[in-house]
This record gives sequence, structure tokens and C-alpha cells, in this order.
Amino acid sequence: MSAVTSILTPIRLDYTYTAGRATQRFLLGMAEGRILGQRCPQCTKVYVPPRGACPQCGVPTTDEVEVSGKGTVTTFCIVRIPSDVLSVPPPFTCAHVLLDGADLPFFALIQECEFDAVRMGMRVEAVWAPPAELAPTFESIRYFRPLDEPDAAYETYKEHL
Amino acid sequence: MAERCAVIGVGQTKHDVKRTDVSLPGLLREAVDRAFADAGVGWRDIDAVVIGKAPDMFEGTMMPELYLADALGAAGKPMLRVHTAGSVGGSTAIVAAQLVHAGIHERVLTVAYEKQSEGNAMWALTVRIPFQQAIVAGAGGYFAPLIRAYMRRSGAPEDTGIRVALKDRQNAAKNPYSHLVFPDVSYEMIAGSPMLWDPIRYMETCPSSDGACAMVLASEAAAKRARQAPAWVHGTAMRSEPTMFAGRDQVNPRAGRDCAAELYRKAGITDPRRDLDCAEIYVPFSWFEPMWMENLGFAPEGEGWKMTQEGATALDGDMPINPSGGVLSSNPIGASGMIRFAEAALQVRGLAGEHQVPGAERALGHAYGGGSQFFAMWIVGRARP
Amino acid sequence: MARREVAIVGFAQSASVRRETALNEVEMLMPILGEAKAQAGLRGPEIGFTVSGSCDYLAGQPFAFVSALDAVGAWPPIAESHVEMDGAWALYEAWVKLQTGEADSALVYAFGKSSMGDLPEVLTLQLDPYTAAPLWPDAIALAALQARAYLEKTGRSERDLAAVAVRSRRAAAANPKAQVRTTADVETLLATPYLASPLRAHDCPPISDGCAALVLACGEAVRRSAMPPVWIRGIDHRIEAHALGVRDLAASPSTRLAGEKAGATPGGVDLAELHAPFTHQELILRDALGLGADVDVNPSGGALAANPMMVAGLIRIGEAAARLAAGAGRRALAHATSGPCLQQNLVCVLERD
Repeated sequence: MSAVTSILTPIRLDYTYTAGRATQRFLLGMAEGRILGQRCPQCTKVYVPPRGACPQCGVPTTDEVEVSGKGTVTTFCIVRIPSDVLSVPPPFTCAHVLLDGADLPFFALIQECEFDAVRMGMRVEAVWAPPAELAPTFESIRYFRPLDEPDAAYETYKEHL
Repeated sequence: MAERCAVIGVGQTKHDVKRTDVSLPGLLREAVDRAFADAGVGWRDIDAVVIGKAPDMFEGTMMPELYLADALGAAGKPMLRVHTAGSVGGSTAIVAAQLVHAGIHERVLTVAYEKQSEGNAMWALTVRIPFQQAIVAGAGGYFAPLIRAYMRRSGAPEDTGIRVALKDRQNAAKNPYSHLVFPDVSYEMIAGSPMLWDPIRYMETCPSSDGACAMVLASEAAAKRARQAPAWVHGTAMRSEPTMFAGRDQVNPRAGRDCAAELYRKAGITDPRRDLDCAEIYVPFSWFEPMWMENLGFAPEGEGWKMTQEGATALDGDMPINPSGGVLSSNPIGASGMIRFAEAALQVRGLAGEHQVPGAERALGHAYGGGSQFFAMWIVGRARP
Repeated sequence: MARREVAIVGFAQSASVRRETALNEVEMLMPILGEAKAQAGLRGPEIGFTVSGSCDYLAGQPFAFVSALDAVGAWPPIAESHVEMDGAWALYEAWVKLQTGEADSALVYAFGKSSMGDLPEVLTLQLDPYTAAPLWPDAIALAALQARAYLEKTGRSERDLAAVAVRSRRAAAANPKAQVRTTADVETLLATPYLASPLRAHDCPPISDGCAALVLACGEAVRRSAMPPVWIRGIDHRIEAHALGVRDLAASPSTRLAGEKAGATPGGVDLAELHAPFTHQELILRDALGLGADVDVNPSGGALAANPMMVAGLIRIGEAAARLAAGAGRRALAHATSGPCLQQNLVCVLERD
């Protein structure tokens, strides 16, 4: 008799997630083609996307601010293996983008340039889905693309590395 | 003054990509039986069990300590389950040590494990929450930009990561429990391995392993009756900071620096590079060695890479880092931190075998987790503190 | 080594609700943490240790506790830990930390939104993954097995179970944080259908979303509190075997043992908060702890009235402490449970000056 060495037991569980008030505001902004953040009343830093709290001060962030779709690549990585969640074929480049007016980099896909042309300090802008396809999801921003602007100086973003 | 605490038994499994020869309880028992044999104790000697692992979703069992209570002889005893992300193996050992420090128990069994082959860890890490931003490609995609930021800040030579990987992989060949061993590993082999998340190459990353680690921690009175020389706990520390906030330094996080400072104060360390004989550090991607050298105060900021490049971190260097081969060679996630702590104990007990650092008196065990935000560390020594 | 005297100096909880759809965990926790700290008279950076209890499988995502840390304001970095258990065990870890002398105060919190998944099914994943979980027995079915064993062994009846529910609801009517506050009489309840014989809906806990926070202090830090300190005189926890077939389901030896170790002497307490999600479990726990008819059991309404998973055990300790602080008695017992059919139990003895 042969030994049983493994059994397959599929597990399926369905969950209903709660975005929370702050994220909901952000997502509704996405559906309008706007990027909404929140400012901490204590340290005045602007969080995008907002989570309803300043993690550093532990207080609610209530003051809503709209930030620009333009920003600076602070750092990046070139992904050379297929992604489970993005339909882009490798290699592609993901970057931390510090949006103008925000104090926290935003994780983003960079397109419309060679994957190895991305560099620290590069100026980029959000490319939105067509108006008819805007929805309350992160995917309303399809990706970021290079701006025809000079690179930002290292000193302007080194505090965000 | 808290009670003294000593490590009197250490055990770990052979780590491998799939341990299909053992069940979950079987895997844990392999480590526990070895720790008991080392300590010369049995089940009836154990007062309490403290268990740790990374997310339950890796194996698909919720709060698995409930099920594992039987295999760990915990019935009728106190049992605690710790989960602090990647640092969990270290923080589990610290929670266990505190039960002894507080004078509550004489002997505590602590065990940590991961059996990633029983579930789908990559899936568990990238569960798609509808309104959250997706992490593009697991941990590598998360940490690669931080490594690039370190390279820019420090001006480190681009092959620093290759040299770390070469050293760790050579050390791993001296460790019978290693998961990954490349007998003919060379600089060229690592340099030529594929880029996964540029700047991280395939051979500069950690594997996913099945494995477990166990330790028996004891009070001073119980340590006197142990079978072999103990490793004394000279200090423990834990620190956490939020995942992200404006201006957060993720390359050299303050939580790590503060954690090390508290640890050194407790253990009476004034110059870690001089006062410590070796360290087992949580390095899941090669570049984290130089980054943590700075964070831990072994090197000034921006100069951690010099220790790697000069060979200081090699087994025969002045500050051997990861003599066991480290996380790059064996990575049962929940256990990886505890293996660091346990390997540090083996070093000061003189029981590390082929990867023994000659005459090691004091050693550091280090673990971190989350987005470089949770830290757990201890210092163990041959001498009673 | 002499034990340090540890006091509960602050406690706050959210209202338990069936489904919290507006707030995420961070937004739920922030005001509760603030309230507990304010009672204790301690500001965040003054607190020596922070520890939480929660469970990834409730949240449906790995590392659920990581984002919850945003509610704490962990800057400068804090000494912090987390148990994948009910917050009552987080409190135990905090108590141990204070015993080492490394901290003089601790913040303990717990959160759980059971509404996100199908809770009875989620709990199935606590079972032996090779032989039990693949059969998908749910939490209600397992509790029914235990209830049957208890009724058969003791000769008690479903009427006795309904009486527990009636008393719980009557008490909960006075508790604004409770979820099930509708009064009912035994006859009405017994006329309702079985969920899983011998259990009816009133024998089972509600599905709840909620969170709670509690502050512990030692020595000088105790004096800052606005709340009269309630001292932890003893605390212990024990686990039993997991396999249901090897346990006597009609008794709770681990509760009895934990009670003995915590110094819970029969007749020695004025009130008790027992974490009994099912009616029969309250009776099993009363037996295990030797609680007589003179003890006010679950004056809050207990877990039958509000059962946020990973929180309900911590709430028992907080409720008992708050009642002592308000003058409802001098000595109380609080209990927390975890796992199927009362597998793991914690007992804590509290006393007011």
C-alpha cells in the first residue's frame, strides 16, 4: 500500500472589505479624475492616499486637500518577472512618485518610455483613464509618464527616500 | 532586577523547499526533539509554550497554535502565539525570555515555523483588497526601490550585493540545515544570475522554505541542570514604527537604530563592532547586509558596504555576519528570525560546528519585518551577565 | 521574585455592531485608544509598552495588525508586540512585560470585524487541517456537539440554556455598548427553531464588529489615572488538547486550572465577566470556577450580547474592572476564551482598593 503524502483541500472564503471614510473620499476623487489627500492637523504633512490617520501623530486627518497629478520619481525598481496583478509584460518599471503637494511617495507604474530610461529625480505625470472609464478605483490612474521638464535636484526629494 | 534567562537547548529542522516527508506537527517536533536532546529535558520539564509564525494564510490554518497544542505537549500549560510580521521569530523568543525574566516560569519552550509548501505564500502576500494599491511583485518589488535609494545615498560599489551573496552562500555550505547550497558558487555565477527586481538578482534573494526552529529557555536554577553550557541572554529589545509616513527613512529606519541602542545599553555594549564577536542578521536580499551594518551601528552611515567589500563580515573577518548562511540560504519566514537568535546562541556555546566563529563570547541575533518597521534583537553571551 | 502590583487604569470600547461599513479598523480604533489613554492620564510617548490582539483571517488579509498600528501614532518608535489571539492574551503579555520591570505602563488593544467574512466558516480553519477542516464543520455545529454533551452529562435542559440568554439580554439592556439588547422570556425563546440542535439562535453569539483598549500601570504611573485603580491580583491561562475526541467537552479543566493558578477562590468574588459565546458555555464555566448563585455573572450582558472576535475576551476584563471602579463590588473575576469549544482559557482576578 502506498503512503498518502499529501491531500489537496481547497479553501474559498469571501470577504466584504470596508474602505473607511478617508479612503472612500480618495476613491470618489479618483472617479472624478482628482487626487485627494488629507493633511495632518498636528504636523501638517499631506497624505496621499489618506488613511484617516497620521501614522506619526496618531490623530485623525480631516482637512482634505487636492494634489497635483505631477510629481517626481524618488526611487524605482525594474521588474523583470511577470506580475500577478499588472497586465504589463516584463520588464517594466515601478517607481515611488512624490506628487507635488504631497509629503509621501505614491507607488506607480511608469510607461511611455523605455523601462531603463527611468531615473531618480525624473518628473512624471499621471495618465488618467478616458472620462467614461473613470471609476472609484486606483486604476483610474492608468500609469505615470515622463514630463518634458528638467529632473528635480536630489536635495528636493532626498528626505523622501 | 529581573531574573536571568539562558538558552539551554537549540534545535532546527533541515530546511527545504518542500518537506513533504513531515506534516505540520511533524516539522515542529523535529526541531523541538532536537532542542530537548540538546537541553537534556523532556515534555514534563516545560512550563509554557510560546509559538510564532508569519501570516496564517501561508498554510491556510487559522490560529494554528490551537491545533498544534497537541503536538507541542501544551495541554494543561499556558500557550502564547506571537505574530509581528517578519520579525516574529525574534519577538517570539523575546516574549518567551520575558516569561523567565519575570520569574513566572522555569523552562519555556519557544518554537517558530513556516511550511510554505502547504499553502500559496505568494498568493497570501498579494491578496487583492479592492481599494488598496496592489503590491506589484511581492517583497522583492517592495524592497528593490529602497536598495536603489541606499546605493544612491552611500555611493556603494554596484557589486556589494554580489559579494554579500557569495559570502552567505559559501557559509551555507558549512551548515547542515541549509536549504540552498551551491557547492561551486562563484562571484560570476551570482553576477550572471537573472535580474528579478532590478537591482536585485536571483541569487541575491532568499528562498521560500519549509522549516522550524525551537529553543528551550531556562532560569538560572534550571540552566545549572542543563546538559550543556548555556547561552545567557544579556539583553533583548523590540521597536516598531508605522509602515509609511511623510519623510520616513526606510533605508536606515529609526526603529532599528533605537532598538539597537536600547539593546546595547542593556547588554553593556559601547562599541558593537569591537564588543561583539559575530552577528546573525535578517538579510533577505543581499543589500540589506550593508544597510543593517549602518542601522546597527557597526559602521558609520554610508559606509556599511565597506565592511562587506573589505571582507570584515566574512567568517574569518573581524565581524562575521551570518556564519550560518543566513536568510539568503534558508527562509522558513516565521522561523527565520528565531534561527538568527538560535544561531547566535550556538555560536557563544561553541556548538556551531563547521561555521563556528572561534572563541565567540558575545553574539547578536536580529530580525526585522513589515516594511522595515518591526525590529527584534537580542544579545547572548557565554558569560553569565 | 516578588510580583509587581499592576493596575488597570483605563478602559474604552466601541459599541459592538453587526456590520461597521463606514469605518476601517484604524478609524474605529483611534477614538477608543484616545479615550483609554485619557482615562489613564497618560500620553502616547509616556506609555512604555504597546501590544495588540487581532486575527488576519477575520480581516481577510495578511498582516492586518500592521496597518492598525497607524492608529497608535508610533513615533518616536515604540516597544510593541502583537499576538494572533484575543486581546486578553495581549494583556497577559503586557502584564509579563511590567513584571520584568522594563516598563511601568502598557497600552493593550484589540480589534475584530467579524462581519467581513462568513464567520462560522472562517472559524472552521482553526481545526486540524488534515482531518477536520476539510469536512467544514462550522463553529455553531461544534458548539452544539458540546452543548449536547453538557446537557446529557448534567441533566440540565434547553430551558436552563434559555434562562442564560434571558438574563444576558436583560443585563445588556443597560449596556449601551452591547448589540443584542432586546428582552425576551424563556417561553418565547424556546418556541424558536433550532440552528443546530440543541442550540437555538439565542444560545449563540451575535456576529459583531468592535474594538477595545485598556491601559495597565505600575507604581507612580498609577496615580495619573482618572479612574480608581483596579488591581490585577492574579492572572493565568491554560490550553487543552485540540482534538475534540480526547476532551471532556462538558467540563473546562483548563479554566479550572487557570482559575486556581490566578487565585480565584470560590466565594471570593462579587461579580464575574465570563467569555461564554454560547449559553451552555456560561454554565460550564460557572461549574469550572465554582461560582455560586450569589455572584453577579456577566452584568454587561457578556459575549451573548456582543461578541467582536479577538476583542470580547479583553472586554470582559475591561468591563469587570470598570464595574469595580464604579463601586459595583470589591473583587471580580474575568475570563477569556479562544478556540473551538473553550479550548483555551484565561482567568484574571481583579480587586479594588
